[in-house]
Amino acid sequence: MDREELVAKLQAMAKKLRRESLFVMKEMGTGWLGGSFSSADFITALFFYRMKHDPQNPCWIERDRLVISKGHSCEVFYAALAEAGYIAKDELKTYSHCGSRLQTHVDCRTPGIDCSGGSLGLGLSFAVGSAMGAYILPEGKNLSSSSQRQKARFRVYCVLGDGECNEGQVWEAAANAFHYKLDNLTAIIDSNKFQSTGAVHAKMNMLSLAEKFKAFGWEVREIDGNNMNVVVETLDWVLTVEGKPQAIIAHTIKGKGFPSLENTNCHFVKITDDLLKKGLEALGG
Amino acid sequence: MLKTIYLCEEREPYENMYSAHNRALIELAGKNKRIVSCYADFPPGEVGEVFQKQFPDRIIDVGIAEGHLISSAAGLADAGFIPFTHCHTLFALGRGYNQIRHNVAYDNRNVKIVLCNSGVIWGGIGPSHLAIEDIAALRAIPNLVILSPSDAVSSEKATLAAADYVGPVILRLPSTGASYPTLYTQDLELEIGKAITLREGNDVAILATGTLVNDALTVSEDLERNGVHVRVLDIHTIKPLDEKAVLSAARGTGAIVTVEDASIIGGLGGAVAELISGKCPVPLRRVGVKDQFGESGTSEEIKNCYGLTWRFIRKAVQKVLKSKENPKGKETKVGRPQQSVGKK
Repeated sequence: MDREELVAKLQAMAKKLRRESLFVMKEMGTGWLGGSFSSADFITALFFYRMKHDPQNPCWIERDRLVISKGHSCEVFYAALAEAGYIAKDELKTYSHCGSRLQTHVDCRTPGIDCSGGSLGLGLSFAVGSAMGAYILPEGKNLSSSSQRQKARFRVYCVLGDGECNEGQVWEAAANAFHYKLDNLTAIIDSNKFQSTGAVHAKMNMLSLAEKFKAFGWEVREIDGNNMNVVVETLDWVLTVEGKPQAIIAHTIKGKGFPSLENTNCHFVKITDDLLKKGLEALGG
Repeated sequence: MLKTIYLCEEREPYENMYSAHNRALIELAGKNKRIVSCYADFPPGEVGEVFQKQFPDRIIDVGIAEGHLISSAAGLADAGFIPFTHCHTLFALGRGYNQIRHNVAYDNRNVKIVLCNSGVIWGGIGPSHLAIEDIAALRAIPNLVILSPSDAVSSEKATLAAADYVGPVILRLPSTGASYPTLYTQDLELEIGKAITLREGNDVAILATGTLVNDALTVSEDLERNGVHVRVLDIHTIKPLDEKAVLSAARGTGAIVTVEDASIIGGLGGAVAELISGKCPVPLRRVGVKDQFGESGTSEEIKNCYGLTWRFIRKAVQKVLKSKENPKGKETKVGRPQQSVGKK
């Protein structure tokens, strides 16, 4: 498959997942629409292009990990899990109901989810631990080696919100990832510019997240996180980086793909029949 | 008076419980390649340094970042390892509570959290480092097993038991720099969730945890000379509590004293009160830290100051015996004195 064909295929999948996620949101009556839609493109590219994983064997120890640290925006991810075959499509209808594996923040009781999210600021630390584990050689010295070391057994991807980067532990993890030279770790910051109750810069001006990660010793790229071609290219780039963790500041549009909501703070919105209809019209379904 | 087969005759020698834990960890790491030892700028001690030399890739120090220590240990567990984390109790709890709850307990990760320098008796470097509320706070989190050994032998055995158990375990240790009398012989079989009856007796029961089990034994020996038969239980597992042993002690003796180097609010005393109040209400006295912060001092000073010596435990036993003998005695004192009524 050439690049153009791949990108077209992933774009179609992202659109499908956005559409499916609207039905998931409708189950609860309220949905993490803004974040689900802003992150849909790179979630699709990770899940259906970049990551080494096996839906038939979700506990495969050598699989690449995906840590959804921000935890919300889970509807698009649940749609991806169903599409990949981790869960049955029918299970999507149980979302947010009592007894369901599909909780309102990602939960590791669901096959294909490596770490429960929702308690902001913890996921990157979990990802660092997991990435260290991929380097540890029980007999000898590899993780702690300063010279050439054996390749990591798997890679870890961690999705953070830009608002989530207010949390101090994110930066403990960032420092530690550099210290252990975890080049098998990629953080993707879904920089959709809004957090729960307002604009990210208005809540706490963190200045440039890119500069911050650079200062912590990471290799950083700022990209258009809703441009599938660029996303795919960047996910190829991360494999070429040696000796350093990578941060992708994915500049995205909150609610991307839902024209009337784009660039508004549609963080957690009521999903009315009318809204669902409008969304499906926009997404061609 | 009967005593368990495991109890040492002389309660000697004095040994460091952190070293014993680390010895067990080295033994485990030699047998099991998945054992990893993690620190947050906390001294591994002499024995811990041996671990570093033998298993250089399986010792991780994340710097002064206790929250990150706990969350990253959950990640290591996800990668197939069995991490033991080490830091001050107060910082594992204060900086890592949400991480313990969310990354370790909720996700049911195979992480072992070693709480070092727990309680106030350590005195150590002052109240900023003295944890009193760890038992209360952690006991309320589902999925956690909480172990609190009482000497070097049980510290070693608790470490082995923690590694054997698949799931999150809290291992509560006292001062890493002090030595404590050895209570057990090496053939001790420590089973998670099963209290050890150190002495039999049917007059009153002392349920103790941690290093104060030694003081509870001293009290039982002292009172035995006066013909009071004290049952002594080592509650080395605070959660799950050995309900059978606790209720049997309540039914068999009719009076209970709990002893711990932790806040009595929600600590072992709280756990026992919760259980017996519903199923077998008997007089109860709780010896422990009484809603106050710790402070700097020698262990002897602190024990005296905080009411934690064997003499205070003996006093509590005598009081609870009185309540048992005269169950209504306290009630008459509470009401308005009879003679003052109708005098005019």
